[in-house]
Amino acid sequence: MSSQMLTISSSPHVNGEQTTQNIMFGVIIALLPALMVAVIFFGIGAIKVTVAAVATCVLFEYLIQKYMMKSTVAITDGSAALSGLLLAFNLPSNFPIWMVVAGSLVTIGIAKMSFGGLGKNPFNPALVGRVFLLVSFPVHMTNWPVPKWLDFSFADSATGATALSVLKEGLANGQSVGEMQKLMELPSHISLFLGQVGGSLGEVSAVALLLGGIYLLYKEIITWHIPVSFLASVVVISGAFWLFDSQQYADPIFHIVSGGIMLGAIFMATDMVTSPMTPKGQIIFGIGCGLLTVIIRMYGGYPEGVSFAILIMNACVPLIDKMVPAKRFGVK
Amino acid sequence: MNDLFIYSVLTLSGIGAVAASILFVASKKFKVFEDPKIDEVEEELPSANCGACGFPGCRGFAEAIVNNPDDFDSFNCPVGGNDVMKKVAAIMGKEATEKEPTIAVLKCNGSRQNAPQKIIYSGEQNCALSHSMFSGESGCPSGCLGLGDCVDVCNFGALYIDEETWLPVVDEEKCTSCGACVNVCPRGLFEIMPRGKDNKRIYVACMNTQKGAAAKKNCKVACIGCMKCTKVYETDSVKVTNFCSYISPDVDVENYGSAIIASCPTKAILGVNVEEQKV
Amino acid sequence: MKTKTFTMGGIHPADNKLSADKPIEELEIPIEVQIPIAQHIGAPAKPVVKKGDKVKVGTLIAEAGGFISANIHSSVSGTVGIAKEIVGTSGYLEKVISIKVEGDEWEESIIKSDELKKEITLSPDEIQAKVKEAGIVGLGGATFPSHVKFAIPEGCKAEMVLINGVECEPYLTADHRLMLEKGEEILVGTSIAMKALGVDKGVIGIEENKPDAIKHLTKLAENYSGILIQPLKVQYPQGGEKQLIKSITGKEVTAGALPIHYGLAVFNVGTIFAVYEAVQKNKPLIDRIVTVTGKNVSKPSNYKVRIGTPLKELIEKAGGVPENTAKIVSGGPMMGKALTSTEIPATKGTSGVLLFSEKDTKRADETACIRCGKCSTVCCLGLQPFLFAALVRKRNWEKLEEAHVMDCLECGSCSYTCPANLPLVDLIKLGKIEIKKLREARKK
Repeated sequence: MSSQMLTISSSPHVNGEQTTQNIMFGVIIALLPALMVAVIFFGIGAIKVTVAAVATCVLFEYLIQKYMMKSTVAITDGSAALSGLLLAFNLPSNFPIWMVVAGSLVTIGIAKMSFGGLGKNPFNPALVGRVFLLVSFPVHMTNWPVPKWLDFSFADSATGATALSVLKEGLANGQSVGEMQKLMELPSHISLFLGQVGGSLGEVSAVALLLGGIYLLYKEIITWHIPVSFLASVVVISGAFWLFDSQQYADPIFHIVSGGIMLGAIFMATDMVTSPMTPKGQIIFGIGCGLLTVIIRMYGGYPEGVSFAILIMNACVPLIDKMVPAKRFGVK
Repeated sequence: MNDLFIYSVLTLSGIGAVAASILFVASKKFKVFEDPKIDEVEEELPSANCGACGFPGCRGFAEAIVNNPDDFDSFNCPVGGNDVMKKVAAIMGKEATEKEPTIAVLKCNGSRQNAPQKIIYSGEQNCALSHSMFSGESGCPSGCLGLGDCVDVCNFGALYIDEETWLPVVDEEKCTSCGACVNVCPRGLFEIMPRGKDNKRIYVACMNTQKGAAAKKNCKVACIGCMKCTKVYETDSVKVTNFCSYISPDVDVENYGSAIIASCPTKAILGVNVEEQKV
Repeated sequence: MKTKTFTMGGIHPADNKLSADKPIEELEIPIEVQIPIAQHIGAPAKPVVKKGDKVKVGTLIAEAGGFISANIHSSVSGTVGIAKEIVGTSGYLEKVISIKVEGDEWEESIIKSDELKKEITLSPDEIQAKVKEAGIVGLGGATFPSHVKFAIPEGCKAEMVLINGVECEPYLTADHRLMLEKGEEILVGTSIAMKALGVDKGVIGIEENKPDAIKHLTKLAENYSGILIQPLKVQYPQGGEKQLIKSITGKEVTAGALPIHYGLAVFNVGTIFAVYEAVQKNKPLIDRIVTVTGKNVSKPSNYKVRIGTPLKELIEKAGGVPENTAKIVSGGPMMGKALTSTEIPATKGTSGVLLFSEKDTKRADETACIRCGKCSTVCCLGLQPFLFAALVRKRNWEKLEEAHVMDCLECGSCSYTCPANLPLVDLIKLGKIEIKKLREARKK
């Protein structure tokens, strides 16, 4: 007989590999390609903003857990680091550091911890941080550096507008989509796809984000339901408008490779805490996000609507979960 | 501009008037008569909503009292005690019978020291669950599991788990003998018993029904059913059934308490404010 | 043949079938056996022997205590000892009949030879009586008295017999070995069940991780009319009755309904082998195959064990309890029961004995639920374990009951999957206990 005392516990007696920690770090790994693209195009600024956001998010989480909530400190689970990274991805690379810190405080302090911490926040923390910064510092938030190739100088780089704001302004000034494309005011689909465009540092490269998305699917961290329904609804709705009038409305491909849709659909909307539980609910959620995004882009005051769309749908999650219960076995 | 002003005032007043009339009609139509005494009685109750009286919450208790005035004696709020019942009686125009103050006692002394741990339980820290899986970390099938279901359900903060003994401790000041712990304990180890004259009482702190040797194997202070206590106090108040002694509260603690405690070879009988004494 | 599987939920835990290539060995008869009188679901059996009685192998020592109950036979020959209680699988003292072994004398009516007997001479009613008499219970682990399944309730008609050769629990290999070594007997047993239920179709479902068994039985089945071998994709908990039915027939048995309402009867391969022995050899259920395994066990093996043998005998034979053993489990790792000692006797329901080190079985500390919904995704019944957990922690039993927690079969997929390490099965079991209490109270 062994010297150890035997343990009694309920079944199951073996456990799976997946933990909260490796889900969070899995998402962080999936974000790395996009981060690399950001560093390549935006240089040192991208690194500064990212490091500042991640470090301050983790720090605020630590301080709040330790001194305000007086609970166990769980910064090693990676959720704060992930929120910080996602926040950074939603900021321009020339964003002032003190504003990044303010954004982190809102992200962690208000959007996450005030609801009770991980798992209890109704809204995606990084998006709340971004929207807070957008409404507080609209100038800084819409002043995008022009991407350069591997420029690590500390000098302020030239700034410009995103494809979506060019589109919005152009349309408002009576230009048609075709004219803008001809004048090369709008970036080509290819550069949008690769990411050599102005924009938040993490959202520019559709291809890098897609790569991350494939990794998440492979690791079974996310399911296809939200990203696919989100992107598909954007394509269908914007496609309908485009078919109706291709001079007033941009084509669907332009819509899905520009702005924050890829980042939003793959990384923000799929946040487990703030999305519905059931596959059916997730599809409804994704379609809602897509619909709202297109509506805001076409009729809203802001050129980009992904963050607002996701936040609005976040608010609907409890409702969706209640209305769309999982199908039970043997029940028609 | 003036038009706008008038329109808004008119619209708002109109909405107000419509809503008010709806409310008026509804309050007339759906009015339910309620004896005002119910509110009065409820006012006096402790608002703990613990259910100790056998009714769902204090309101339910108040309704029951007011609706059945003839059975007033059968109602008791153990939490409020005699003081509250006196006040309730005054409202109802009745006489409250004085009830003896009671307290919850834990009928197990299987501390970590008396009943050493043999097996580790891991998983959700809950007695009912642990009870469904095995006889307990000490091996005693009737002993306290020490996981604190009683602490969880106590509305009055009168219970806590002692870190050294792993047994729940009843706080004499706070216990209202509401009986929540009695109902929740999967092994029925709590008993509501009278606090006794001068707060002196004795009880058998064991409910193990195994034969002596088997009981003793797991716990030093188990009742082994040796009958010695029954020899000291030869009435039905002290009796052994299923190898386990039970001392009923009507035993004469004043004169025999110490002797009964002393008679137990395993120290399974505990006394509160009663000294052990050799006779 | 095209493989099938069930569609809702399911997980893929690591197989760890360490003893899959170890032939079944017959374990020596111990000096004394302790045979519990409650080894099955339902009423405990009533002892019919007393101290000092001489019994032979196969002598009835306790008779069924009701319709849902089962006979118990002596697994050895010798003298009955005094009535006593020892700690059993339940973790509590259980009444046992202990028998001191003297020789190995069998009841004359039992045919001891291993020779295959294909011809089924008994009538359906006689078969059912035989199964009842032999005390056969479901040997997959549920230990439901088998004769009940042969008694078709009024208004139902059997159409097909399903044989469960899935063995979806990791580590266990008892059924796998039995299919390889007693294939013909299993097929005859299946034919017996088909005859008893008056059906002409039998399907044996086997998961693809046992290709040798699938191949072996498929070849043998050519000589048996109406029996089909159905390969199944590996997925836990396919061995669950409802999941197996869904996998093979596509039918979903509603909560509260029985397979027979859908014209089906499901038996484990071990059970069907016992049926063969009872009907063709007149041998009651006195032994079973037990897998003794674990990553640190020196000789993971499959043993044929007499019921009532203390588990320590099996463990000794397999190389003893490894030094770092922290948990001993009876049954599979997903649904088995942790044991308090090695003195516990093997019963009809002991499909395996698993010896785990702390590392194999450690549960990480619980963290906050991140609403990932994986518990719900893997639930084979489409339930919502995260909701159960929240309701149990709030002690909201009424809501919990409305959320269909009682349907849960405790397969453990949710706990296994949960990234926050919530003890979901613990909480569900607790919820069920409290709801049962509530229902009792309501009856009064």
